[in-house]
Amino acid sequence: MQADRIGVLTGVHFIDGDFAAAEGAIAAGCRFAAGYPITPSTEVVERLASRFPFVGGLFIQMEDEIASSIAIQGAVWAGAKAITVSSGPGISLMAEHIGYAAMTETPCVFVNVQRGGPSTGLPTLPGQADVMQARWGSHGDYAIIALCPNSPQEAFDLAVTAFNFAERYRSPVMLLLDECIGHMLEKVVIPPADEIEVVPRRLTEKKPGDYLPYLPGDNMVPEMVKAGMGHRFHITGLTHDERGYPVMTAAAQEKLVRRLVDKIRLASRDLALYEARWLDDAEVVVLSYGITSRVVHRAVEVARERGAKVGQLRLKTIWPFPEHLIDQLLGGRVRSIVVPELNLGQLVLEVERTTRGRAKVVPIGHAGGTVHEVGVIVEAILEAAK
Amino acid sequence: MSTPVATHERPDAPVRAEAPGCEPPENPVTKFLRTDRLPHIWCAGCGIGTSVNCFARAVDACKIPLDNISVVSGIGCTGRVAGYLRLDSFHTTHGRAIPFATGLKLANPELKVVVYSGDGDLTAIGGNHLIHAGRRNVDLTVICVNNFTYGMTGGQVAPTTPLQAVATTTPYGNLEEPFNLCHLADSAGAVYVARWTTYHVRQLQKSITKALQKHGFSFVEVLSPCPTLYGRRNRVGDGLAMERMFKERCVIKNGAATHDTAFDALASGQIPIGDFVDRDRPAFLQRYNQVMRAQLGDDFVPYGEPEIDTRAEADQFAGPEG
Ligand SMILES: Cc1ncc(C[n+]2csc(CCOP(=O)(O)OP(=O)(O)O)c2C)c(N)n1
Ligand code: SF4
Ligand SMILES: [Mg+2]
Repeated sequence: MQADRIGVLTGVHFIDGDFAAAEGAIAAGCRFAAGYPITPSTEVVERLASRFPFVGGLFIQMEDEIASSIAIQGAVWAGAKAITVSSGPGISLMAEHIGYAAMTETPCVFVNVQRGGPSTGLPTLPGQADVMQARWGSHGDYAIIALCPNSPQEAFDLAVTAFNFAERYRSPVMLLLDECIGHMLEKVVIPPADEIEVVPRRLTEKKPGDYLPYLPGDNMVPEMVKAGMGHRFHITGLTHDERGYPVMTAAAQEKLVRRLVDKIRLASRDLALYEARWLDDAEVVVLSYGITSRVVHRAVEVARERGAKVGQLRLKTIWPFPEHLIDQLLGGRVRSIVVPELNLGQLVLEVERTTRGRAKVVPIGHAGGTVHEVGVIVEAILEAAK
Repeated sequence: MSTPVATHERPDAPVRAEAPGCEPPENPVTKFLRTDRLPHIWCAGCGIGTSVNCFARAVDACKIPLDNISVVSGIGCTGRVAGYLRLDSFHTTHGRAIPFATGLKLANPELKVVVYSGDGDLTAIGGNHLIHAGRRNVDLTVICVNNFTYGMTGGQVAPTTPLQAVATTTPYGNLEEPFNLCHLADSAGAVYVARWTTYHVRQLQKSITKALQKHGFSFVEVLSPCPTLYGRRNRVGDGLAMERMFKERCVIKNGAATHDTAFDALASGQIPIGDFVDRDRPAFLQRYNQVMRAQLGDDFVPYGEPEIDTRAEADQFAGPEG
C-alpha cells in the first residue's frame, strides 16, 4: 500500500534527524503519539505536536514515560498506528511496556535518541550505550527489532520501515537514533506519497466467534483486531493461549514465548538492512552503526589510501543481529573485524559470539560524549591488517 | 501470589438440572460474562464479583451497544475483572490501566472506555495517572474497588489501608494515614465522584450508570470486603460481617463536600457514601478540537468526537490572531 498523501511532505527539506523521524512516522501512517520531554529526543514530539492537527493525528504529553509507553498501546488497540519517543532515562521507565508490547504483540514504535549514560549522564551529547538495553531492556524472554539510522534522511526512511516492520511482525520496534543524528541538520528528500511503501494494519476479516487473537498466521504472526469490531477479545500480559486467555502452565509458556522469540529471530534475514563497501578484497572489516559509521566511512578511506585491505559493513538493523552477514563475511578472506561504538563494548559481544573464533574481533570502545577520532580507527585498522 | 490460581482450564461450570417448565429466567448478567472462563479466581465472600454484577446491570441500563465498550484493568484481584467480561477487554500492567485507556479512548472516541481496577493499582503505583487523567478530563469511567489492601499479592499495606490496620508488611500496624480517594479524584478534577459499597448494590448500580453517562472523567469508589486478607487479619470477620459493617456504619451523604468524606474503616465512626460530585467541564478531546479549530481554521483535520460542532464554540478559545 502507498502512503496517504495527507501526511507526506513531499519535497526537499533541510531538517534534523528528530524532525525527519517525526516526518517518517507521519508518512508511515502514524496518527497517535504520546511522550514526555527529554533531551535530545524532544524535537521529535514537538514536531508531531505541531504537525498532527493538520493530518488528523493527536499528540498527548503524558505525565511520564511509563504512561506514554502504554498510552500508545491503548491507541494501537483502538486501531491507530502509534509512537512514543524518549532518551535513556525515559526508555528505562518504559521498559515494562516494551515487554508488554512484545507479549501482547502490539505493533508500535519506540524511538530512543541516545545520549551519554548511565543515569542522567550527558543529556546533550551522544552515546550508543543503549544498544543492549534495546535488545534486553524488559524482563523475560522476547525478541525485538531495532533500527539505527546514520543520517536525517535515514531517520525518515527507517521511521517508515520501523512502522512497516511493526505491522508485519506484530512487534514493538526500536528506532535508535543518537544525539548527533537527532540534532544534525541535513538535506532530507521526502518522496511523493505513492513512492512510499506502507504496510497497513492487517485486521482480521473473520467473523466474531471465528477469530482468535493469538492464532499464529503467516510467519507465526497472528492477525490483528481492534476494539469496537464486535470480537469481544481479551488481551493480557499474562501467559495466554490462542484465545488470549491466561494459562498458568509451563506448556503454555513454552508455546507462546518460543513463538514470540522465533517469529523475530527466524525472520532475521528479511529484517537485515545494511550497507557494505569494499568487501570484495577485504581482509579487515569495520562493522559499525549509527553516527559511528560516518567516522568509520572516513577512517576506511584513509586506511585504504595507506594500503590496508579494509571494507566496511554498516548495520541499519542491529536487532535481530544479522548473524548470516557475519557468516558471509567469514566465508571470504576476512581475518579481523573491528567494531567501534560509542560504548565500552556492547554490539561487539554479538560480533564475537557469531564469529565463533573464525576471525579476530577488535573492539574500539568509547564512553560517549563525542564521536571517535578518525585516527584511532585508522590505527586499529592498520594494526589489524598487519 | 497467595490467592487461588486462575482455573480457566477447567470445563464450564456444571449446569443445574431444573424440573421441566421451571427453567429459571436468564440471569441478566450472564451475557456479560465469559462463561468459558468460569469458575473465577475470587474467594468466597469477596466483594469484587458483586461489583461486577452491579457494573453489568448498569451497562445494561445505559443501553450502550456492548461492542462499543472496552474494559481496561490493571493487575490485582480486581484487575482480573477485564478477563471475565465478555467485552473488548484489556488486562494491562500494574497501575497503568488509566494511561492505556487514555490512548484507547483518544484513538477511537466512539468507544465507551471503562477502567476497572483495585485501590492499590489505581492509587499507589497508578496514583499519578489517576490525578492527571482527572486533570485532563479524559472521557473515562474509573471503577475503583477499594478493599483496603493488596489482595492479589497476599495482603500488604495499601494507600487505603486504615491507620493501625495489620497487613503483611505492617505486622505491627499501619503507620500511614490513608487517602480519601473521593477527595483525591474531586481535587484532580473528575466531573463525577461517588462512593458506594458492595452492600449498597442498587445505589452502586445507579451510580455506575450515571458515571457511564457522564462526558468526562468519572470516578466510582466501591468499598469491598477482602475477607481472606484484610478482614481476617483485622478481626472484621468474613465477607458477610464486612457487608454488615458497611450496612451499619455507612451514611448516605449525596452532594457532600469530599473533604468531609474521610473515614476510618477500622474504627467505629460513620462511613460517608453517596454521589458526591456531579459537574460539567469540557473533556480533553472536546477542548482539543475547539482549540485547534480556532487556531488553525480549515487547515485543521478534526479528531474524533464527530458529534461536537467545534466551529460553534471555537470563538471562546480563539488566540491573539482571532
Ligand atoms: C510493576 C509491578 N509491581 C508489583 C506487582 C505485584 N502486584 C500485583 S497486584 C498488586 C497489588 C494489587 O492491589 P490492588 O490494586 O488493591 O488489587 P486487589 O488485588 O486488592 O484487588 C501488586 C503489588 C506487579 N504485578 N507489577
Ligand atoms: S480481594 Fe481478597 S477476597 Fe477477593 S479474591 Fe482477592 S484475596 Fe480473595
Ligand atoms: Mg485492593
